[in-house]
Amino acid sequence: MMLPVNWKIMKVHLLSRKRQTIVAMLGVTFGIGMFILMMSFMKGMNDFFEDIMLSVTPDIRIYNDYKTDYSSSVTGQYLGARPKNWIIVRHPRPRQINLNLKNAPGIIEDLRKQNEIQVVSPLVSAQVLFNYGPVQLSALLDGVDIREEDRLFGLSDKMASGRPENLLTSDNGILLGYKLAKKLNVRTGDLVTATAPSGIQLRFRVVGLYKFGIATMDEFKAYVSLTDMQQLLGKSRDYITDIRLKLKDMKQAAVKAPALAKRYGYKADDWETVNASIKAGNLIRDTFTYVLNFTLLLIAGFGIYNIMNMVILGKLKDIAILKAEGFARKDIVQIFLSQSLIIGLIGSVAGLLLGFLLSYSLSKVPWPEDEYIVIKRFPVNFDTLYYMVGLIFGLLTTGIAGLLPALKASRVDPVAILRG
Amino acid sequence: MSQQVLKAEKLNKYFHEPDTIHVLHDISMSVEEGEFVSIMGKSGSGKSTLLYLLSTLDTQYEGTVDINGTRVTGLPENAMARFRNEYIGFVFQFHFLLPEFTALENVMLPALKLGKRDHGAIEQQAMEKLRKMDLHQYAHKLSGKLSGGQQQRVAIARALINDPRIIMADEPTGNLDSANTANIFDIFNGLVQDGNTIIVVTHDHDFARKSTRILEMADGRICTNG
Ligand SMILES: Nc1ncnc2c1ncn2[C@@H]1O[C@H](COP(=O)(O)OP(=O)(O)OP(=O)(O)O)[C@@H](O)[C@H]1O
Ligand SMILES: [Mg+2]
Repeated sequence: MMLPVNWKIMKVHLLSRKRQTIVAMLGVTFGIGMFILMMSFMKGMNDFFEDIMLSVTPDIRIYNDYKTDYSSSVTGQYLGARPKNWIIVRHPRPRQINLNLKNAPGIIEDLRKQNEIQVVSPLVSAQVLFNYGPVQLSALLDGVDIREEDRLFGLSDKMASGRPENLLTSDNGILLGYKLAKKLNVRTGDLVTATAPSGIQLRFRVVGLYKFGIATMDEFKAYVSLTDMQQLLGKSRDYITDIRLKLKDMKQAAVKAPALAKRYGYKADDWETVNASIKAGNLIRDTFTYVLNFTLLLIAGFGIYNIMNMVILGKLKDIAILKAEGFARKDIVQIFLSQSLIIGLIGSVAGLLLGFLLSYSLSKVPWPEDEYIVIKRFPVNFDTLYYMVGLIFGLLTTGIAGLLPALKASRVDPVAILRG
Repeated sequence: MSQQVLKAEKLNKYFHEPDTIHVLHDISMSVEEGEFVSIMGKSGSGKSTLLYLLSTLDTQYEGTVDINGTRVTGLPENAMARFRNEYIGFVFQFHFLLPEFTALENVMLPALKLGKRDHGAIEQQAMEKLRKMDLHQYAHKLSGKLSGGQQQRVAIARALINDPRIIMADEPTGNLDSANTANIFDIFNGLVQDGNTIIVVTHDHDFARKSTRILEMADGRICTNG
């Protein structure tokens, strides 16, 4: 509790040196403003990358990671191995590898029974070539159950033309990334020819174009139905290479993935593992921002410490008089500490405002043209958390910076001053 | 029998910087209610030092001080400040006021700190004290803008605001010209007439002559007690 009279003295002190007070406040304002701006922008960036990453990464992906197991070999039969001979084979090659999940339908059925799994989307994927006159363009062709795929990645929202369900209604339909379509010079309704690695060719009719905003999706990927893909690869109807999952709670992915891997005997990657580099990028940006802002606030804190020390040197007489009048040490601490806190509070609030205005303006600035990322303006996150953290930071630094001078003031010996 | 307002016993004071010196030797004294005590003596005899002990501003000493029946020696800092605020009025040689506050605010501050009355009542009372000092027309002037004599009168008004049990003054006229000195004399006379208890350190014999008792100090001892 602060006495009204201490409050009044503090006010008079602050107002009697407006310039100094304002300069001290501006230090805090600038520090907090930059903190808000940088946090908002960095967080905006992080969110943006994470969004993009999540928009193309399933929570969990189950697939057959082929193992090169050379324990058994045909070499022995060929060369007529005898117990005393060593046959060394350099650079062995596997004879045949099946990249599919053997009991895919069973696994899918089992997965669909599990409560915490929201979407199960099977996939047959292969690198194919699209013919464009004499040129062949390479792209990843995904055969999917388009309804599941839509639920997995929200494909409907990303369509530039056509609808995902068109794949179901049309014969040999294909969805293309808008950039790939541009390169192939086709539009909805046109025909494209895809060549599988095995040489099998199929003609598809373009029934929709989508736009994710990243080149890997828009330029190097296309969707067809599962059956068409199986046909193109010359495989049977239960040939599935991947199963992608969306969980009710994506945070559970890291725990759930190993369990699934063990259950089915295939590899299961969770989104966090797959995108560890993005997470690391976020962490680096966050750390960098905090360190920089800590430095800014430290400088503001030193400014206040300096100013308050000077103020107290100039107010030694006043302190002695107040003590002689019967003001106690805690009153003196209150009077001077509250000056710093007021500077901190007003400076911080102004800083929050400045930070908001700056980040708001930034969010209106167009992002420079970019081939690989589609983003119109600088990404900014207006999370109130950073405003709270900024306020607390501001008050904390000014409080600590003001406490030492205030304590010093309270220890002034009035007799030494009043003797003259 | 009149009441004892202040009693000091066996006060000893040392300074340790630069060398240890013994500035007050076994000083014992008492002041009755309504008394006007002058402390005189050569420069350096320890008058100011004694007054700072009695006023509780200086706590580094041996011996005991009782004011208004309370043993102030050894009181905790907070209680000491509170006691000083309520029972002691102090006037310094260099009319110390807070320059950023008006004359009126300077007078009001100790009462606001005491907090026994509301703001309006305190303001009214402070105005009255200023009127007594013939300063009411300067009440709303910044104290730093007043002349030395005016400032000293504001300081006296401030010392009186909480109706202290004892008023202590250290050479209140030491820094003033003769006209202002005479003015302050008159004011102190008036205070005595009103029944205030006063201890004044002074070099001025005319001033001391008006008091009920003069304590003569020499080399940290009280030699005449008349
Ligand atoms: N802070 C201090 N450190 C060391 N010695 C001091 C200190 N303050 C006062 N003294 C010494 O104590 C003695 C008494 O000083 P004091 O100020 O009480 O004298 P005084 O009687 O008030 O003198 P004056 O009439 O000049 O005001 C002097 O010798 C002085 O030098
Ligand atoms: Mg003196």
